[in-house]
Amino acid sequence: MLRYAVRRLLFAIPTLLVISFIIFALLDLAPSDPTAQLPLTIPEEVREMIKKSLGLGQPFHIRYLKWLEQFMVNEPLNLIEQYWNIQIGDSESRLRVRSWSTRAPVVDLIADRLPQTLSVVGISYIVAILIAVPIGVVSAYKQYSIFDQLGTFISMVGFSVPTFFTGTVLIVIFSVMLGWLPSIYDTTLEVTDVDSFIAQFKQMIMPVMVLGLFNAAQLSRFMRSSMLDNLNQEYVRTARSKGLSEPVVILVHVLRNSMIPVVTVIALGLPSTFAGAIITEQIFRINGVGQLLIGAIEGADIPTVQTVTFIFAILIVLFNLVADLLYGILDPRIRYD
Amino acid sequence: MTESVQSQTLPIEPETAVEFKHRSPWLDVWHQFRSHKGAMAGVSVFTLIVLAVLLGPYIHDIDPQYLDYKSKNQGMSAVHPMGTDNLGRDMFAQVLAGGRTSLAVGVTAMALSLTLGTLVGVMAGFFTRLDGVLMRLTDLFLALPILPLLLVIIMLFRDALRSVFGPEIGIFMLIVFVIGITSWMQTARIVRGEVLALKERELVLAARSIGTRPHRLIFRHIFPNVLSPIMVSATLGVAAAIITESALSFLGLGFPSDFPTWGRLLFDGVPFLNINPARVIWPGLAISLTVLSVNYIGDGLRDAMDPRIRGR
Repeated sequence: MLRYAVRRLLFAIPTLLVISFIIFALLDLAPSDPTAQLPLTIPEEVREMIKKSLGLGQPFHIRYLKWLEQFMVNEPLNLIEQYWNIQIGDSESRLRVRSWSTRAPVVDLIADRLPQTLSVVGISYIVAILIAVPIGVVSAYKQYSIFDQLGTFISMVGFSVPTFFTGTVLIVIFSVMLGWLPSIYDTTLEVTDVDSFIAQFKQMIMPVMVLGLFNAAQLSRFMRSSMLDNLNQEYVRTARSKGLSEPVVILVHVLRNSMIPVVTVIALGLPSTFAGAIITEQIFRINGVGQLLIGAIEGADIPTVQTVTFIFAILIVLFNLVADLLYGILDPRIRYD
Repeated sequence: MTESVQSQTLPIEPETAVEFKHRSPWLDVWHQFRSHKGAMAGVSVFTLIVLAVLLGPYIHDIDPQYLDYKSKNQGMSAVHPMGTDNLGRDMFAQVLAGGRTSLAVGVTAMALSLTLGTLVGVMAGFFTRLDGVLMRLTDLFLALPILPLLLVIIMLFRDALRSVFGPEIGIFMLIVFVIGITSWMQTARIVRGEVLALKERELVLAARSIGTRPHRLIFRHIFPNVLSPIMVSATLGVAAAIITESALSFLGLGFPSDFPTWGRLLFDGVPFLNINPARVIWPGLAISLTVLSVNYIGDGLRDAMDPRIRGR
């Protein structure tokens, strides 16, 4: 197991390197000019100097390696320094990945935006699991019952209707017609007392539910089919025939075995939920990482786009690894050596 | 219980036996498919949408781009069944026109992704030497952050393509291309698995032993046998492509306002949510119904072709 984990971890490094190269090259090949949005009165020499100051004077491979060094070595060192409050080497002159539009280090920009995204994505994912697992269990146990028919239909609707439509419909109903919930997420709100907590709760409901229900729809289908696979197994008959009560059979024996594939699906789905949050953040105007990315793309802020996109790629590779390892840990029948 | 079932089935047994002689496997699939209520409902809704989008503009012949300021932001009426937008354009005509583009994007992108996926899958499954390389490539594509990359590619190459091919064809080609090239991986994996299993079967061994050449073996024996998973992928691919396109349009990085799709109409309607929520509801409903019906068709097809997973 450990050997497998180490081998997978080592294999993840070249994958990430190739992906980082693809992202960097794609953005570099594209016809975009960081000075295009500046006033036309700026003379050509000054434009050249601006481009040089942004680090564009060097050939492609040097810029790629420098970006890689800044992202892979300098930024982690900075994070370690900040976290433990220590100094490693010459941290003042260490180059950081800087945004072209704000001139601030990209990692700091992301750190500013991360709490909003994490809270919405995290809570919505927990909500999704809490909704999906019971629905999946009951619909599999009572297969073809009315509850099952209804549940399957709703989950089909849930993952067919795109989040940007459910989001806008919720805004129409709860903000425009009823006026119960705010349609725009206020990030400046700080939770200090009961009132502000209620305000925070109110503005979280819609984004969390939109993202949560979409994920719950997919997860409940997985849960149901995984339960159905297990319900017909012989160990279930054995458990029943030795006189275990029905709740024990279902909730202890079948549920635990059915959760094995579902847990890996949950791990695999997390990165795409982050990507899905880009849309949710756009609907409810949450200034999270997704909005940072959209803004950077629209403003041709190449370093920010490269870094955020690459972080998404790291998440995908990481959670693929987590899912594989979890599968091996949870299911003793699977041996990787 | 069992007795009544037996007494019911016994008299019709000779008939079914006769009928079976004429049945082709595809007819079997069709019979199975017809018993899936959701799939049949999906087929009728989808046919209705396609017919409306194709024939609708001939019946409801208001120009979707015709500006009529006097009658802006109207509700539903006989003249404008879905009302009008803030410039007085007829919403129903726009939804029909947008549907043509949305469906065209969905079908073309699916065709591209399916061709790529099948090609990679068959190559990887059939030629052992290519397997490693192609599957690493598939893994790599699966690890790419698709939505951010789609946004980036469209943003960066939109203007260049628009100037070469014109605004409409340029953006259509770009979107179809990027969706197609980023969604073939699942098809490739499924097809590869099927081909690997098929390669060990006697029919392939027999064909090989009489000296059939590889390309003929692929087209005559391998390809028809992996057609069923490909068809399921096709339906799900159409749904996924329509969703992706409308998500891109919703983020403002898809089709332009003067050449709208359902996603773009929804995006344009969002600022007017307070005055005229119908502008968001109609295109959104069109996307949702299309995707839902196509997903049900895919479900029905999968159940009909693979009896083992029926009802899952």
